[in-house]
Amino acid sequence: MSPGTRTKLVVLGALGLALVLVPFLLPSAFHLRVAALVWINATAALGLALLMGLAGQVSLGHAGFFGIGAYATALGPKHLGLDPLLSMLLGVAAAAGLALLVGRPILRLKGHYLAVATLGLGILVHLVLVSEVAITGGPDGVQVPRLVLFGWRVAGPEVWYAITGIVLLLAAWIALNLEDSSTGRALRALHDSEIAASVAGVDVARHKLVVFVIAAVYAATAGGLLALFNRFVTPDVAGFLRSIELVTMVVIGGMGSILGAVVGAALLTVLPQALTLFHDYEHAVLGLLIILFMVFLRQGIVPGLAGLLVRRRPA
Amino acid sequence: MSLLEARGISIAFGGLRALDQVGFAVDRGRVLAIIGPNGAGKTTLFNVVTGLYRAQAGEVRLDGREVTGLPPHALAARGLARTFQNLQIFFRMSALENVMVGRHLKERRRLWAELLGLPSVLRENRESREKARELLVFVGLEARAEEPASALPYGALKRLEIARALACEPSVLMLDEPAAGCNPVETEEIDRLILAIARRGVAVVLVEHDMKLVMRISDRVLVLDQGRVLAEGTPAEVRSDPRVVEAYLGRHGLEAARAA
Repeated sequence: MSPGTRTKLVVLGALGLALVLVPFLLPSAFHLRVAALVWINATAALGLALLMGLAGQVSLGHAGFFGIGAYATALGPKHLGLDPLLSMLLGVAAAAGLALLVGRPILRLKGHYLAVATLGLGILVHLVLVSEVAITGGPDGVQVPRLVLFGWRVAGPEVWYAITGIVLLLAAWIALNLEDSSTGRALRALHDSEIAASVAGVDVARHKLVVFVIAAVYAATAGGLLALFNRFVTPDVAGFLRSIELVTMVVIGGMGSILGAVVGAALLTVLPQALTLFHDYEHAVLGLLIILFMVFLRQGIVPGLAGLLVRRRPA
Repeated sequence: MSLLEARGISIAFGGLRALDQVGFAVDRGRVLAIIGPNGAGKTTLFNVVTGLYRAQAGEVRLDGREVTGLPPHALAARGLARTFQNLQIFFRMSALENVMVGRHLKERRRLWAELLGLPSVLRENRESREKARELLVFVGLEARAEEPASALPYGALKRLEIARALACEPSVLMLDEPAAGCNPVETEEIDRLILAIARRGVAVVLVEHDMKLVMRISDRVLVLDQGRVLAEGTPAEVRSDPRVVEAYLGRHGLEAARAA
């Protein structure tokens, strides 16, 4: 078995196990709703992990794509009378199209410049959602109709838990496939040295664009799912804070790691709920925890802990 | 017609003329060495030919076709590979994976198949891995294939870069100081490696400071000084050219060489 196949089995096995165990350990409707949120956020974080961890490119405006997916799902039925699921797919396509369009000029930039350019993109999307009140409903947000599949009204925390979990599993499977492919190797190569990658025959600009579009598709898919699940969206889903949250999930979980993105998403989704017992200080405690994680597990939780295990193992 | 030909290459940075009407040609299975004092323009010439810099004048022809100003990945697709003076290694990847990246152009790279992990992609991964392993055997690094590249010593990284460059099965291999910083044993290994590569029919162009290595393995030597061609010929011709000796050793050196 190749090392790539082994990684695939381990990661998908761990994720599948978590998906099956959570409902047994935490069977309440509230817990299942939080878990579904985790799977949605993890799907978005996974795409960003491919962009940041694999290819080494940063995006500080990724919630913009998340917002496009969410709002397309809400506005398609409202204004055009489209089916919510079809609207969501159109939203994902729109996010991919936008990424394709702006990706080429933006991805020529490096480091801080790329960060600021993507930041601008995110702010722009957010601005449109807030100010085009007639279309988007403005800051008050907009209602999303219930998803109906072949006459079946998709409802209930158990059902949404299963749907979001399966989407995450699929997303992780695709991400793992990408990692273990020619394109994946090219992306990791350009992360380390763009010059050497291009001399080896890698079309650097094209590969950066490909991973940027993939990351946008992941985010828009997650956004659409959130809209269908919550049945209500506000411009906050595309806001700057949301972008930062996504980046934090990736960094805290471990940049190069698929499982890390899921763990990071879980932490940043669950902790604010768990920390409500600190009342007024919950944000302070959350910030402190993030700092501590970064200080003691600099490579992120999953790679950091894996490194510790390897070191402990007797030679 | 030669396999790789550069003619009348000129480039200036600001007011400084880094290269002035420089040219060379190299054939299949031959080794051309480019030598010259520091700042002579050797690496600049390399960077122009391999598409990293754009020359203000001159042309590069590869296998009869003009390739002037093509980006590096397009040149690689036409059979031109290179290594770097200051190592350009993918440090987050294993030695084997570094060489697998070199197989990029030989892989089919159909994105949809890759995203779905189709059997054809897995088969291709296996083929790339096998080819990469063969190349690691060729450069003598097979024992360290699975180690992260960041764990390899300097001399091994020099050979790893050569293996990666060979992975795309190039017709021209350009080596920028392949033996720089290597000890005599490592230098000798690289020496043997270059000859073996040339024997496979690859045209080798190298920049090198180690004169013993240059004289031992080159068929032709091109001497640059301050961006101009100072001399060109066989190692023996170049060695006895007074202009070359002067450029390297100065007037006193020339007198000393005559006296010897």
